[in-house]
Amino acid sequence: MSARAWLLSDMPGSRRQASLGQWYRNWLSFKGNPLAMTGLAVVVFLVLVAILAPILPLQSPTAQALADRLQPPSAAHWFGTDELGRDILSRIAWGARITLTIVIMVVVIVVPLGLLVGTVSGYVGGPLDIVLMRVTDIFMAFPRLVLALAFVAAIKPGLESAIIAIALTSWPPYARIARAETLTLRQADFVKAARLQGASPLRILWNHIVPLCTASVVVRMTLDMAGIILTAAGLGFLGLGAQPPLPEWGAMISTGRDYLLDQWWVATIPGLAIFVVSLGFNLLGDGLRDVLDPKRS
Amino acid sequence: MSEPVLEIRNLRIAFPTLRGSLEVVRGLDLTLGRERLGIVGESGSGKSLTGRAIMGLVPPPGRVSVDRMSFMGEDISRLAPADFVRLRGRRISMVLQDPKFSLNPVMKVGRQIEETYHLHVGGGRRQAYARTLEVLAAVKIRDPEAVYHLYPHQLSGGMGQRVMIAMMLIPEPQLLIADEPTSALDVTIQLQVLAILEDLVRERGMSLIFISHDLGLVASFCDRVLIMYAGKVVESCLASELDRVQHPYARGLLSSVPRLGDDRPELPTLERDAEWAQ
Amino acid sequence: MVLNGGRGGGHHRLLVSGVAYELLRFAAMLALTLLGLIFITFLIGRVVPIDPVLAVVGDRASAETYARVREELGIDLPIHQQFWLYLGKVVQGDFGTSVITSQTVLHDLRQYFPATLELATAATLIGVLAGVPMGVIAATHRGRWIDHVTRIVGLVGYSMPVFWMGMVGLLVLYSWLDLVSGPGRLDIAYDGLVEPVTGLLTVDSALSGDWDVFRNALSHLVLPAGLLGYLTLAYISRMTRSFMLGQLNQEYILTARAKGVPERRVVWRHALGNIMVPLITVIALSYASLLEGAVLTETVFAWPGLGLYITRSLFNADMNAVLGGTLLIGAIFVCLNVFCDMLYRLLDPRART
Repeated sequence: MSARAWLLSDMPGSRRQASLGQWYRNWLSFKGNPLAMTGLAVVVFLVLVAILAPILPLQSPTAQALADRLQPPSAAHWFGTDELGRDILSRIAWGARITLTIVIMVVVIVVPLGLLVGTVSGYVGGPLDIVLMRVTDIFMAFPRLVLALAFVAAIKPGLESAIIAIALTSWPPYARIARAETLTLRQADFVKAARLQGASPLRILWNHIVPLCTASVVVRMTLDMAGIILTAAGLGFLGLGAQPPLPEWGAMISTGRDYLLDQWWVATIPGLAIFVVSLGFNLLGDGLRDVLDPKRS
Repeated sequence: MSEPVLEIRNLRIAFPTLRGSLEVVRGLDLTLGRERLGIVGESGSGKSLTGRAIMGLVPPPGRVSVDRMSFMGEDISRLAPADFVRLRGRRISMVLQDPKFSLNPVMKVGRQIEETYHLHVGGGRRQAYARTLEVLAAVKIRDPEAVYHLYPHQLSGGMGQRVMIAMMLIPEPQLLIADEPTSALDVTIQLQVLAILEDLVRERGMSLIFISHDLGLVASFCDRVLIMYAGKVVESCLASELDRVQHPYARGLLSSVPRLGDDRPELPTLERDAEWAQ
Repeated sequence: MVLNGGRGGGHHRLLVSGVAYELLRFAAMLALTLLGLIFITFLIGRVVPIDPVLAVVGDRASAETYARVREELGIDLPIHQQFWLYLGKVVQGDFGTSVITSQTVLHDLRQYFPATLELATAATLIGVLAGVPMGVIAATHRGRWIDHVTRIVGLVGYSMPVFWMGMVGLLVLYSWLDLVSGPGRLDIAYDGLVEPVTGLLTVDSALSGDWDVFRNALSHLVLPAGLLGYLTLAYISRMTRSFMLGQLNQEYILTARAKGVPERRVVWRHALGNIMVPLITVIALSYASLLEGAVLTETVFAWPGLGLYITRSLFNADMNAVLGGTLLIGAIFVCLNVFCDMLYRLLDPRART
């Protein structure tokens, strides 16, 4: 029997075969979607560039060469140079590290927090549920960018405050999703069975409910990453994100704005980078949703 | 017998899957006169899809192929979707299983019945309203004027199904396909609804295709019975001669019907043989 | 039978008290959320490392003035008393005075809000009028080219850095091609020609029949509104598509087809009729997020709206203005949310009983 036939078997012989088969089927249907594969390629490329930036044959992203300032794209500088004569290609590549850091840090904070609030709220119910959901509502009611602005301004502008500010405004949807899933799962027979066997609430949450929330949370997460990138760039654009001389894409657009009329590339290239990367995450998330969460696509 | 109402030769319905195309209905033949025909089979046997194919309503990505399909002498096997609309409701109609899901939840039931009337008969609003009340009364609804203004979720299951029947019969079609019309109802209500259906079908001289998984019900309600298994007709006989069937699957079905005064310790399990599906 | 129970007098009385109960519940929810909103705004105001006294008196004030204002502001009181003080003022519409405009914040908000309202409304109109039909058609043509086009249009909209698109748009359409007007709401030559009635320049100029001003205002509005409208379209078309797909495989759609309803009516009346409630919710939420989220667009287009007001105040450490603006936006969002909830109960026959 070929590996393919083994994976696609209608009658898997073991639990492992069944779950591997499911993964394989998901992969097949994902692979059949050219848009999603494009998204995956973009994201993989971003990660590679971010990891490899220090060893790629690039010029320094911060080395100034005032004699070379505002050079149009050429063989020496593929994407041209900025107002301080820095190589824009290299700044884009190093900027990928910043973007990726923000995205990963926000997700690491937000997903566990949202899952915790949502599952506990949904499972325990009662007054706790009401209180937690009110708090979630209040955070949701806040204008996302304005809250981030106020928060960053209150601490001090910088990468860390930008991350915390974005995290602060992005967790409520995860709590909502996790709660909704928990509410339906709580009534499921297998959860009742686990409860009758004497499993503690913690054990039920962790072993039975959290794993089943992951599909929708992962989908939401991938789709959210584009939003995180855009918010971070917006903060950078307003001067409240990563500070100079860090090559943050939004901040690069902001400085390039002064030269837009005559040196279009200074602002246009980082804008394109933001656009391509968030489009990549969106394509990937959209494809994942079709595979993992078909009822919502 | 005069010209058949419906004639189908070699109906095939297939769905694409990861491992090639899967045929769900595999070469079904059917001839229907002015009679009540029951189609019995387990879920997945292709009986519901057969009903939908007759109305041109097989959901995508399903593909239908048929050598011959004619309705009242008219070839409908190559009909374009737009032309099927002419047939649907007006000449062939269908009653679905569960009124909880098969009535539009945000439209008053009276308006839903009226809509059918407008589409096929025309006429003014007042006339449509009067006809709607009439047909509601015909399905034995006690206070038609009040029911007219209710929404589907305010109806009980039996009432919902009667509204459904009223809606499908108002343009007086020549053929009614009833797809498990009583399976979602309580047993006591089932009989009431069936009695109403039987009366109306007989009064109007309609042909009926009654799709069900309930052999006993079909035997008592229909003139003739087809038994489907894995997309094929495995047995066809008069309802009165059911106990003389040959096919082992049909025999199995029959022997698993519980009877009063029967002291079998347990019901026999239904046997299946991969060969029957060949 | 359900019918008999539904027509009894007792049930009727129950229904009335049910509505009253619902209204009460909504009011309580609204009050609670608003209170939380005010509390968080208050906290942010306390955390900021800006001396509120200095902000009021300026850095050349004498020590006595400083002490007097400090006492007036209640800085020395315990924190919960400060909160009650703040709450009492906010409830009366007193958000304090803006340092940069030296007007009350309430006055400023009245000035700036209409600009945001005009922009958000225009964008929502564009988004709904184009997005809903696009979503419906994508759903009925699932997997065909038009569905893919809608999907790509939507995803591109989700992925666009709006401030950057605004810049590029201004560069191409204003500087190079001169098709639209530049930043701001009006050319200076037209400023103050029209008496403000609603504060929406296009509406005011149309009302007074001043078509030159109207054309000018429109040519300023078209680019930012088009841009935000595109974002709205991206969102609304995706949501419409997904709602429609959810409805199109429902049994009642099969019923409608079986009874001979033409396909166009099946889609645009039966299916669309059933997604009206969630669709209105989505539209209202997207409208709310435009009211709050136009910060970057307003910055790029120098559009004198709430977003610009808040950011400008933020950079000038004008906390009263920032908090007042934030609170207004938050309150609008909360109110729209509650409004949608009530609408749902009104429009959906299943939720009414």
